[in-house]
Amino acid sequence: MNIGTRKILDRSFTAVGIGSIIVMAFALMVVVVPIVSNGIGAVFFTGTVEHRKMLRNEFQRGNVEHLASGVASSERYRARVYEILGTFEAELERMEPEKKRAYTSKYSQTRTALQALLGPLPGDRAPMLTRFKYGQTRWEKAGEKLHDLLYESKWDNSNAEIMGKEYFVSRATAFEGTSLAPLFPYIKGNIEKMLLPEFTVYWGFITDSSVDSHFFGGIWPEIQGTFFLAMGAMLFAFPLGVIAAVYFTEYARPGFLNSMLRSANSTLAGVPSIVFGMFGLAFFINTLKVSESKSVLAGSLTLAIMILPTIIRAAEEAILAVPKTYREASLSLGSTKWNTIATVILPAALPGILTGGVISLGRAAGETAPIIFTAAVSVGSAIGLADVLSSPTPALSWNIYNLASEHEAAAQIRHVQYGMVLALVTIVLLLNLSAIVLRARISKKLKA
Amino acid sequence: MITSESVSTKKATRDIYLPPERKTVEGGGKSHVVAKDFSIYYGEFEAVKRVSADILSKYVTAIIGPSGCGKSTFLRAINRMNDLIPSCHTSGSLLFDGEDVYGKYTDEVLLRKKVGMVFQKPNPFPKSIFDNIAYGPRLHGMSDKKKLMEVVERSLRKAAIWDEVCDRLDKNALGLSGGQQQRLCVARTLAVEPEVLLLDEPTSALDPKATAKIEDLIQELRGSYTIMIVTHNMQQASRVSDSTMFFYEGVLVEHAATAQLFTNPKDPMTEDYITGRFS
Ligand SMILES: Nc1ncnc2c1ncn2[C@@H]1O[C@H](COP(=O)(O)OP(=O)(O)O)[C@@H](O)[C@H]1O
Ligand SMILES: [Mg+2]
Repeated sequence: MNIGTRKILDRSFTAVGIGSIIVMAFALMVVVVPIVSNGIGAVFFTGTVEHRKMLRNEFQRGNVEHLASGVASSERYRARVYEILGTFEAELERMEPEKKRAYTSKYSQTRTALQALLGPLPGDRAPMLTRFKYGQTRWEKAGEKLHDLLYESKWDNSNAEIMGKEYFVSRATAFEGTSLAPLFPYIKGNIEKMLLPEFTVYWGFITDSSVDSHFFGGIWPEIQGTFFLAMGAMLFAFPLGVIAAVYFTEYARPGFLNSMLRSANSTLAGVPSIVFGMFGLAFFINTLKVSESKSVLAGSLTLAIMILPTIIRAAEEAILAVPKTYREASLSLGSTKWNTIATVILPAALPGILTGGVISLGRAAGETAPIIFTAAVSVGSAIGLADVLSSPTPALSWNIYNLASEHEAAAQIRHVQYGMVLALVTIVLLLNLSAIVLRARISKKLKA
Repeated sequence: MITSESVSTKKATRDIYLPPERKTVEGGGKSHVVAKDFSIYYGEFEAVKRVSADILSKYVTAIIGPSGCGKSTFLRAINRMNDLIPSCHTSGSLLFDGEDVYGKYTDEVLLRKKVGMVFQKPNPFPKSIFDNIAYGPRLHGMSDKKKLMEVVERSLRKAAIWDEVCDRLDKNALGLSGGQQQRLCVARTLAVEPEVLLLDEPTSALDPKATAKIEDLIQELRGSYTIMIVTHNMQQASRVSDSTMFFYEGVLVEHAATAQLFTNPKDPMTEDYITGRFS
């Protein structure tokens, strides 16, 4: 190959390399930016007086005086709303039956939209679900709710060829000429005074339990559940994995059985996690009956089986990478094989072993499939350490999935879902970061 | 081609001929390591062939010979480091202190405590200098901090490195220079209080200055330990040793007092080798 061709090849390879890195960085941005920006919104956001009410009632948090003055000032503006409603309801009673029927249904829709914005109105029955006890708690959502109030959404199905089309009809127009008509401009003009948006930092998102299946409150039970499950998995898998690795590298005689075990281990590392989930249910819960049904224990054991191959392999590689000279030196000083392993080989292999361990810990924290059948529940309170043997737990990975796909009010609590994603990503990142730091520190100690 | 039969090692080295500058060692000169028709195999390959030799206690024995002639293999057989190589096995007999090194009931761990070894490449543990030296004593049950400190100091002094490291015992041993590391390894071996010291080309990875220090050290230790040193360097062998073994292709060609072997070799092959006709 002549120099010209070689240079062109080199250059084009460089270009391709840089190109692929740019594509990768872009993809990463596309994923990370919304997670971070939306996730942060779970803690830092503009909250309304309704949010402060909710915090006070459900979590006994927040400044009572500030809340009282906020409620008082908000009520001053709401009084006019109630007045309009009262007047219209009286007018409704006086209407002739046909007109009344038409307006009643429209009015009830309007009331519902208003409840979503301001919370229960005078004359309402006390709602059963916590989510209906308060108006809009987040200011950025108030705009949507306001739109729902001002405009009625209708569907144009006139053209059967295409899907129905949504269009909006102003309620102010619909109620034109009635005593309800002034309501709409009034609310539009005074919404801010009625909801009192304020910049809010809600650390409780991390430390609180959720109320009304994540409608309000935080994700502490999920964080704690994830922590229990991952730590539990490590508790089983790490010692077992290191022992297995020591056996494979130091004690096993090469032979059929040994190579079978090794390839079994490699295969196990590639098994899809859902299979481990089914296995965990069938083996730990149905066969061994470690717990009556889902429990942290069963989930941890399942996760442990899943990460075991990775830990074994990482530990094996770390042990094999220990210079032979250390072993010789130790043995030549009259050390037994076991002692050599414990005092020289394992300490020298520690950075690699720990790295494998922490990365597995991150994986155990993030996996969903293995815990679906063995440990995870959608809603629950934080469990005590004593309950891990018998109780299931919410966990970040599973609840992210649940909020995204199965929650009946998913669209209204996207911020919770993003908050969970951010929390999970942060935990996994922190774990990996600590692995890197730990490794660097131990390596430095080993390398003088 | 020479066979082991053609070489006479029958001649006792007991009447060791020492040049005037080398003193006789009080209480030394007993048979410490005795090989008889001792062969070492790697699988089928016979790397050391029916060697018979008598290593005298408290003297320095050098092993010379061209690369690949089995010097290391022979040396590593004495403390059974060859056990690490699965294919390696032996025949004939090798006695240490009159006991069979490869006997059925020999405790190789105990043997290695008595027969210390220093390797070609310095191999300190990635631990502090103190922990390196204390490793052996701790292994054998010493845990008292004060006693350990005493042993560490004594060993480092014996290995002539105390002055260089006494103010940084807690620093990682890998931070030392190659020569210092090698003396540290000697100190680490001495801390176990062995009877025999096996040195496998201990200076081949070192510069001349560090080499001189190790050679001085061997002179210091002569008389206290039975020392066997493998070396490529014939000047070194003649400087530090009392008797010398010449190996060629796994055969012990000649074993004699160093002064004699280098001035008046019995075997023509030895003569060829020491005059540099091959290497
Ligand atoms: N682990 C081993 N497996 C097989 N053959 C070996 C092994 N180690 C050394 N040998 C062979 O044994 C012979 C002697 O080696 P060695 O004792 O290392 O020589 P020296 O130390 O004199 O240079 C050489 O031919 C070498 O190739
Ligand atoms: Mg060698």
